[in-house]
Amino acid sequence: MANSALDKTTEKAKAVPTETVSMMSVLAPAVGWLIPGAGHMIQKRWIRGGLLFISIATLFLLGLAMQGRIYKANGGDILDILGFVGDVGSGALYIVTLAMDWGQGAIAFATADYGTKFMIVAGLLNFIAVADAYHIAIGKKQ
Amino acid sequence: MADSLNVFAEIRTVTIVLNHFSAAAVFALFASIVFGITHRETTSDMVRYGLYCFVMFLGGAIVAGWAMWLLRR
Repeated sequence: MANSALDKTTEKAKAVPTETVSMMSVLAPAVGWLIPGAGHMIQKRWIRGGLLFISIATLFLLGLAMQGRIYKANGGDILDILGFVGDVGSGALYIVTLAMDWGQGAIAFATADYGTKFMIVAGLLNFIAVADAYHIAIGKKQ
Repeated sequence: MADSLNVFAEIRTVTIVLNHFSAAAVFALFASIVFGITHRETTSDMVRYGLYCFVMFLGGAIVAGWAMWLLRR
């Protein structure tokens, strides 16, 4: 009797955080993808989220300012597809850039290719940040 | 929203030209920050790992540069 009551209490204690975690485990990665670092911020990791936002956004905007090229959805060359996958990781930064028709690239600048790579890396780093936000949400990381 | 779009527009009018080393340094700085935060648990470990990554990124670039210089000769 005492054991079954204890089991029920334990089950309740387990059930409540699982429900909260499951909602956060969807929300944090989604928000984190859209706005770099926001997945950490909604979990009250303000400094980590802020640093992630500054790092990823600065890298992306520097790439744009270096006349880097943005990749659009395509089904052609494998490198173009991978470039698109990298770029799309930046979330809202990528969407705004695409919507405003920026990131056309300039062949006149030799370092424009660095800009293209900066934007791809910014997206890939955001994917890592999204995975980290998910791990925090499910309790795998503090 | 309009202000943030203005920031974007200003960035589009400015062209930043970085040399190879400064581009590598900027890349190393921001990538190291993200690596440090995402790959370690405690704050001190994050700082230590971030610094390690930064040194490895820049050190690797310098070593690769000298290796290419030697190969060219």
